Amino acid sequence: MKRIILAIAALLFHAAVPAAAQTTLRIGLAEDPDVLDPTLGRTYVGRIVFASICDKLFDIDDKLAIVPQLALSHETSSDGRTVTLKLRPGVKFHDGETMDADAVKFSLDRHITFPSSFRKPELAAVDTIDVVDAMTVKLNLKNAFSPLIAQLSDRAGMIVSPKAAKDAGDKFGLKPVCAGPYKFVERVQQDRIVVEKFADYWNAKDVTIDKIIYRPIVDSTVRLANLKSGSLDLIERALATDLKEIKADSRLKLALQTEIDYQGLTLNLANSPAGKDGPFGKSPKARQALEAAIDREALNQVVFNGEALPGNQWISPKNPYYQQKFPVPARDVAKAKKLLAEAGLKAPVAVDFMVPNNPESRQAAEVIQSMAAEAGFDMKIRVTEFATALKEAEDGRFQAFFIGWSGRVDPDGNLFVFKKTKAPQNNGFYSDPEVDQWLDDSRKVSGVAERKAIYEKIMAKELDAGSIIYLYHRPVIIAHSVKLDGYRQLPDGLVRVVGVRIRP
Amino acid sequence: MAAVADTAKSIEAAAGDESPMARAWLRLKRRKSAMFGLGVVILLILVAVFAPLISPFDPAQQAYAFVRKAPSWRNWLGTDESGRDILSRVIWGARASLLAGVVSVAIALGLGVPIGILAGYSGGWTDAIISRITDALLAIPFLILAIALAAFLGPSLTNAMIAIGVTATPIFIRLTRGQVLVVKTEDYVEAARAVGNNPLRIAFRHILPNIMPALLVQASLTIAAAIIAEASLSFLGLGQQPPAPSWGSMLNTAQRFLNNAPWMAIWPGVAIFSTVLSFNLLGDGLRDALDPKER
Amino acid sequence: MLMFLARRLLQLLPTLFFVSVIIFGLQQLLPGDPALAMAGEERDPAVLDQIRRQYNLDQPIYLQYFYWIGGILTGNLGESMRLKESVFTLIAQKFPVTLQLALMAIVVSLSVGVTAGIISAVYKNTRLDYAVNVLALTGISTPNFWLGIMLIFLFSVHLGWLPASGYVSPFEDFWMSMKTTILPAFVLGNSFAAVLMRHTRSAMLAAMTSDYVRTARAKGLAERIVVLKHAMRNALTPVITLGALELGTLLSGAVLTEQVFSIPGFGKLIVDSVFNRDYAVVQGVTLVTATTYILLNLAADIAYVLVNPRLRE
Repeated sequence: MKRIILAIAALLFHAAVPAAAQTTLRIGLAEDPDVLDPTLGRTYVGRIVFASICDKLFDIDDKLAIVPQLALSHETSSDGRTVTLKLRPGVKFHDGETMDADAVKFSLDRHITFPSSFRKPELAAVDTIDVVDAMTVKLNLKNAFSPLIAQLSDRAGMIVSPKAAKDAGDKFGLKPVCAGPYKFVERVQQDRIVVEKFADYWNAKDVTIDKIIYRPIVDSTVRLANLKSGSLDLIERALATDLKEIKADSRLKLALQTEIDYQGLTLNLANSPAGKDGPFGKSPKARQALEAAIDREALNQVVFNGEALPGNQWISPKNPYYQQKFPVPARDVAKAKKLLAEAGLKAPVAVDFMVPNNPESRQAAEVIQSMAAEAGFDMKIRVTEFATALKEAEDGRFQAFFIGWSGRVDPDGNLFVFKKTKAPQNNGFYSDPEVDQWLDDSRKVSGVAERKAIYEKIMAKELDAGSIIYLYHRPVIIAHSVKLDGYRQLPDGLVRVVGVRIRP
Repeated sequence: MAAVADTAKSIEAAAGDESPMARAWLRLKRRKSAMFGLGVVILLILVAVFAPLISPFDPAQQAYAFVRKAPSWRNWLGTDESGRDILSRVIWGARASLLAGVVSVAIALGLGVPIGILAGYSGGWTDAIISRITDALLAIPFLILAIALAAFLGPSLTNAMIAIGVTATPIFIRLTRGQVLVVKTEDYVEAARAVGNNPLRIAFRHILPNIMPALLVQASLTIAAAIIAEASLSFLGLGQQPPAPSWGSMLNTAQRFLNNAPWMAIWPGVAIFSTVLSFNLLGDGLRDALDPKER
Repeated sequence: MLMFLARRLLQLLPTLFFVSVIIFGLQQLLPGDPALAMAGEERDPAVLDQIRRQYNLDQPIYLQYFYWIGGILTGNLGESMRLKESVFTLIAQKFPVTLQLALMAIVVSLSVGVTAGIISAVYKNTRLDYAVNVLALTGISTPNFWLGIMLIFLFSVHLGWLPASGYVSPFEDFWMSMKTTILPAFVLGNSFAAVLMRHTRSAMLAAMTSDYVRTARAKGLAERIVVLKHAMRNALTPVITLGALELGTLLSGAVLTEQVFSIPGFGKLIVDSVFNRDYAVVQGVTLVTATTYILLNLAADIAYVLVNPRLRE
C-alpha cells in the first residue's frame, strides 16, 4: 500500500513540475480524426492533423496557387504525359531516414497500389514512376491530367518513410512517420493527439512551438468555452453566430477565410424511380424554379449571420475560375411559380428532402423549406444520420439532398466526380454526353483561361438542367488566443503551424 | 420487486365492501403530491390537445427579423434560430412528448404482458428461453438499444415510439412473469384450472386483473422514463422530424446557441422536467395507494 | 448456496449467447453501408469493394457472426475500421475513464442519497421528509443531457469556474482531473442518488421498526446511536445490493453524459461508433458493457442471498 502511495505521489509530483520553457499549442478540433495514414485517410479533420506531421510535395498559398514544399519544381511535358519533379535536398523523415526520389516513388506507389487506398482515384492518371536521380522523379501518365499537381498538394502528395511504412503495413496510421515539422507522439482515440517538434525538419528555424495537442470537441459552444477559459489556444470551425462574442473578447483573435467548399442541394434526376418520377426528373424547369425560390442572402443571414459567401457555382465567387457571366441570382418567387407551372407541376409539389443530421444543415434546410413553400414546393425534410444518408443517396432514395463538399484546391476536384456520367459522387445520375466530353477535355488543358472556357459551357448546362443547386460557401472561422503570433489562414481551412509563435 | 409482488395480494385483501379500485382512488386522492402530478398531467394533455388554440404563433412560422431574440412581450419565451416562437414550439412539443410516453408504454405493455404471461404460466423451456432473452436485452444499455432500433426504423416520431416501446418491453415481461408466478399458485387460479378452463381464459380472466395494479404503477413510471428517452433520441436527431417541434430536438439545436441565446435551452428542458416529474409523482402516488404497506 | 451459485452461473451462458446474437443482429439492422460510411467523401467503388472484402462484409451474415464469435473466443475482439486500432486497445483506453466517472458518480450519489434517505426515514412524514422526497423525484425527473448542458452553461460558459469538457487522467494532473470530471459525475450521480435515497428510506423504515432496534431503544440508548449504529447498519446491506442492480442504469446514463461533456469513455465510444457504423467497435464495446452488467447483477444477487439466507431455496 505504501509503495502505491509513493508511486502516486511520484507521479503527481512529476506532473506538477513544468518542463523548462516548453511551449505547447492546444488545438480544439470539431471532430475526432480517422486513421492518420495519408493513404487511408478520408476526413477533412484528419487533414488538419496531417498539416503538422506530413509534408507534401507541394503546398498552396492564400490565392490557391501551387508552391513548393518537398518538391522544388515541377515540369510537364508538352503532350502533358510526363511530369518531372525536382525534390528538396536534405530532407529527413522523423525516423532519420533520408527523403529522396526512392522514398517519393515508394510513397506514390503505396498510394496507388495499397489495397484499400483512398488515393487511387486521385492518382488514377499515373501509370509508372521513374527515379531519374536521387533528387528527381518522373511521373509517366496514362493521359494528360492537369489537376495532378494540385492532387500532389494534398494527401496524395504526402511522402512517408518507406522503412516505417513497410514495417507497419496497414497499421502505419497508428504511428505515422513522415517529413513534416512535427512528429507523432501519441494518440488516445476521441481524446487527444500529441505531436512534438521535429528537430531535423528542413525548415526547422521557422518552427518555434515545441508541442501540439489536438483535442476533438464536437460541441462548438464547449469548444469556444474551452478557448475562452484558456484550456485551448486555437479552435477550428467556430460558429458564425459566435463571431460577435469572439470579437468582443480582447484575449481572442479571429482568422477568417472563404472555404474552398460548396454547400448545396443535390437533385435526383434519374437515380431510381424516386428520381425519374420526381419533379426534378420530370422537368429541368423544376430545378430552375427551386433555385429561383431560394433567397441565398437571407439564408446566409439567418444561418451564418451573413458570414458565408452566397454562390451559384462549384467554386466560390472569389475563385479565379468563377464565371462572372453567371452571377448569383436574386430570389424571384413569381418566376419560380411560373416555372413550376411551365413544368406542368401542380403546387404543392412534394419533394423528399434528405438532410444530414447536424444542427447547421437542419437549420439551413428548414429555412430552404419555408422559402420553397412560398413558391409551391412542399419540401418534406427527412433528417438522416450521415452514415445512412450516404447509402440512401447512392441508392437514389431522395429527391433533394442537402449536402456539401469540403472542396479541393483544383476546380476539377469540385466538379468531375459529381458531373461525369456514372461517377461515384454523381448521386443524382446527371448525364450529358457533351458535358462528359467537356469534362475530359478540361483535364487535358492546363491554362486557366483555356480551362475556364470549357467550364463556362459546363456551367451553362448546369444552371439550365443540372443536378446541383449551389447555395453558398462556408466561412473558415479560426479563433485563437492573442498570444499566438503570425497565424495565417488559407482557404483550405487547415491549421498550419510553421511560422507561428506563442508569446509568453 | 418484492414490493410490487405484494401489491396484488394487498389489493385482493382489501376487497371488502368497496371495490379495490375505488378504495385505491380514495387513498390516491388523499396524497397531495400525487394529485398535483395528476393535475399537471391533465393540464399537459389539455395543452397538447388544444395546442392550435392556445399557442400564440404557428410553431413552424419562421421570422427572419426575429432570429434568436430574448424573451419579450411579443415572444414570451424568446425566439429560436429561425425566429420561431419558443412558447408555441414548447406547447406543440407537448404533443410529441405525451404521445411518445403513452404510445411507447402501450407498445411495451402490449408486447410484454402476453409474453410475460406466457413465460410465467407455461414455465419449463418456454419460460427459460424467454427469461434468458429478457436478461440479455436488459443487459444492453437501454439507450444503445433504442438508438440502434430508431436508426434502423428511420428517424421519425412514430419509429422513435416503436423503438422505445420495444426497448422497454423486457421490463414488463419480467414484471408480468414474476406476478404470474405469484398469482398462479393462488387458490382461485388452481380452482379455475381444476374446472378445466383453458389456459388462455385463465390468463385473461383470472390472472390479468390481479396483476393490473402492479402493471399500472410500472406503466406510469415507465411513461416518465419513455418521455426522457424520446427527448434523448430527438436530442440525437432520431425522433420528431423538423419543422415539427419536439423538446429533445429543440435542446439539440439550443446547444449551439448557448453563448448567445441561452433561453433556447432552458424552456424545453423545463417542459421535459415538469412533465416527467408529474408522471413520477403520479406513479409514486399510485404505488402507495395500491400498496398501503409501503408507507 | 453452492447449488444456487451453480444454477446462476449456468444461466449465464445462454444469456451471454443471446446478448451476442442481439448485439450482432442489431447492428446488422442498422441502415447504411459501413464501407460507405467509413469512406465519407472518398467514395470509389473499387476501393469500397476492397474494404468490404477485407472486413468480410461481403460474406453471408451467419458467417460474419461466426467470424466475430470465433474471434472473441480466441481473445480477439476485432479491429476498428475507421481507426485501424484493435477494439481491445480502444476498450483498454476508455475503460478507466468511464470507471473513474462511475466511481465518482457513486461516491456522489452514496453520500447524498444515503444521507437523504436516513434523514427522510428518521423524520418520516414531516416537511423535511417531503422535501427530501421531492428533491429525489426532481433528481429522477431531470434529463441527464439537459442538466449537463445547463451546468456547462452555468459553470463553464457563464462563470468560467470549471473546464467545459474533456478529460484529464488523475495520474497526469489530479486536480485538473477532478475539475474535468466533477460536473459529469454529478450529472451521472444525480438520478442514481435519488434511487439510493428511496432504497435507503424504505430499508431504514423497515429497520427502525425491527426487533433489535426496539430492543436498543428499550435499553435506553440515545436515539442518535440507535439510528446510526443499529438501524443504519442493518439497512445499508440491502441498499448496497439493490444499488448494485442499478449500476446498469449508470452505464446507460454514461452514454449521453459523456456525449454532452465530450468525455472519451465507453458511452461516447459506442455512440460515435454507431453513427460511424464501426461495427467491430459497437459489437465489442456493447458486449463488454453487457457482460459487466450481467456479472454485477450476479454479484449483487449473491450478496443479496448471503444477506437474506431465507431466499436461498
